[in-house]
Amino acid sequence: MKEKIRLGIIYALLAIFGLFMIVPFVWMVSTSLMTQSEFNKQEAVFIPKEEYHVWNTDGGQRRILVVQTEADSSVIHVLNKDLKIEQEYIKVPTKQIEKIVKKPSLHWDNYKKAFNKVPFAIYFKNTLFVSFASLIGVMITSFLAAYAFARMEFKGKQLIFLMFLSMMMVPAPIYLISSYMLLDKFNWLDTYQALIVPWCVNIFTIFMFRQHFRSLPKELFDAAMIDGASTFGILWRIVLPLSKPIIATASVFTLISSWNSFMWPLVMTNRPELRVLQVGLSYFNQEASTQTTLLMAASTFSILPILILFFLAQKQIIASTAKTGMKD
Amino acid sequence: MKTQWKISPYLYILPAFALLFLFRMIPVAMSLVIGFFEWGITGSGTFIGLKNYIAMFKDELFWKSLSNTVWFVVMVVPTSIILPLIFANLLNQITKLKSLFRIMYFLPYVTSLVAVSIVWKIIFSEQAGLANHFLSLFGIPPLGWLAESTGIFKLIFGSGWPDWAAGPSLALCSIAIMTAWKSLGYNTILYLAGLQNISKVYYEAADIDGASKFRQFWNITLPLVSPTTFYVLIMTTISTFQAFSQVYLMTDKGGPLNSTKLIVYYIYERGFDALDMGYASAVALFLFAILLILTIIQMRGEKKVFY
Repeated sequence: MKEKIRLGIIYALLAIFGLFMIVPFVWMVSTSLMTQSEFNKQEAVFIPKEEYHVWNTDGGQRRILVVQTEADSSVIHVLNKDLKIEQEYIKVPTKQIEKIVKKPSLHWDNYKKAFNKVPFAIYFKNTLFVSFASLIGVMITSFLAAYAFARMEFKGKQLIFLMFLSMMMVPAPIYLISSYMLLDKFNWLDTYQALIVPWCVNIFTIFMFRQHFRSLPKELFDAAMIDGASTFGILWRIVLPLSKPIIATASVFTLISSWNSFMWPLVMTNRPELRVLQVGLSYFNQEASTQTTLLMAASTFSILPILILFFLAQKQIIASTAKTGMKD
Repeated sequence: MKTQWKISPYLYILPAFALLFLFRMIPVAMSLVIGFFEWGITGSGTFIGLKNYIAMFKDELFWKSLSNTVWFVVMVVPTSIILPLIFANLLNQITKLKSLFRIMYFLPYVTSLVAVSIVWKIIFSEQAGLANHFLSLFGIPPLGWLAESTGIFKLIFGSGWPDWAAGPSLALCSIAIMTAWKSLGYNTILYLAGLQNISKVYYEAADIDGASKFRQFWNITLPLVSPTTFYVLIMTTISTFQAFSQVYLMTDKGGPLNSTKLIVYYIYERGFDALDMGYASAVALFLFAILLILTIIQMRGEKKVFY
């Protein structure tokens, strides 16, 4: 009994903490489906609802705005289909007026409006292009380098490895300005290269692959060597097929980080047609700062692809975070 | 055959090495010297010795952004250690729904900082924000959150409280809440992994001795999980020092009254708004020195402290 109560309290605490973590997302989605005036009124915080008055006439129902109400007669504005005022200050019997509450009333058109307000289609296309181009780069450079570090002996190996390690320690804001000046010298500012080429190497991925290559049995390589396979042949025909799971996990990590990268593209590009999603979203944040519901819609669709990726690969992501976070 | 063996390892490393050399090592080396130059828009520098650094030490805004950053770190880091430790412990005691909770906690970590900054900016908005709505459930009057430049201690203890001890602004605290929220799940997962490495034998022995759950946590869990704590402490500190996007998106240029201007945002502002790249680089180098010292402490500590 005592144990049951203890477990109950633990579950309750975990649930409260979980709510704190996901409530911002829930609110984001529910706000993204409201009308702006409903959001500003703040009556139902989580449920997109809609409240309005109608005038029941013989010819049917009309949307109206109530100006003044008295016991038997009221003054109203009659609205047209686009909710613009069609007739002003009409006096009608109060009993013909009805208040309508729609709950939930989901305004999916917010998504369409937000998507077209600034060219999000271009931003998505740019992000996809940049993410996948640098993903391919990262995979190739990491695979080759990690293989050499894990399976080959050569002069200066320790030193080069240490150099890689030390470069991982330097935080990005430190070399942001110098990188800008360097890319300026290359005439690379405001180009796709600036967003892709410097990010075609990822030291963390090299470490991940190196760990994995070391865990493969040595006999495998010896046998292949006796069969006369070249080093590259071994890599291509034996190591690659055995590395599919780790490649998948590393790809997910690389994709998430390049999809979310913000400071670098913000600084290195200026032209609107080169904006990646995060930069475009921050631009939209300035443009539409009062249109809360559209901002929420844009935030929602900009994290949706990563969210889907996360749900598909959450087991691997969490497991390898637990593993790699702890260095042995 | 033999010579091929000697060359090929370098060929395998070459692509990664070339990119790292060009886009990491050279910029890092450059960042060590840029601070000693004055850079015009034309891109040619004039050597001015220590002038940028002297100006930096006299610059009030530099000190303001540095103290903001220290407050920010002081608020975010302990929160992102204590809460994850507690919740990883709770999570470690249950079997059902464990993976569901893990997913919930981890969600903020994978989502883009830009998007969640926008969401939290609206959460903290004065009129219709969720934060004020939450307070109103307890009958607490609405707060200004991101618009409030008054120090947190002054808000708590009233206007008689001395100005010099006013503490970080409520606006900075709001950003700290959001930043902690984003990193909590990641640290929880790290702690959970650390806890799972602790052998059950210790707890069984403690149970036989009749030690309470709290004593077990204090005397067994806490010391044995200390390598994780140390790692989480240093990593969170280093990344918290680098906060930028939150300030860029949630505030108006580090306002109100520069109370949310963090050091990396200040570097960005001086470098890319004021185009004073030499000066910005001097500030960046100063930050680098702080982070380097922290990293060295970590490496030293890791060797010594633990079991």
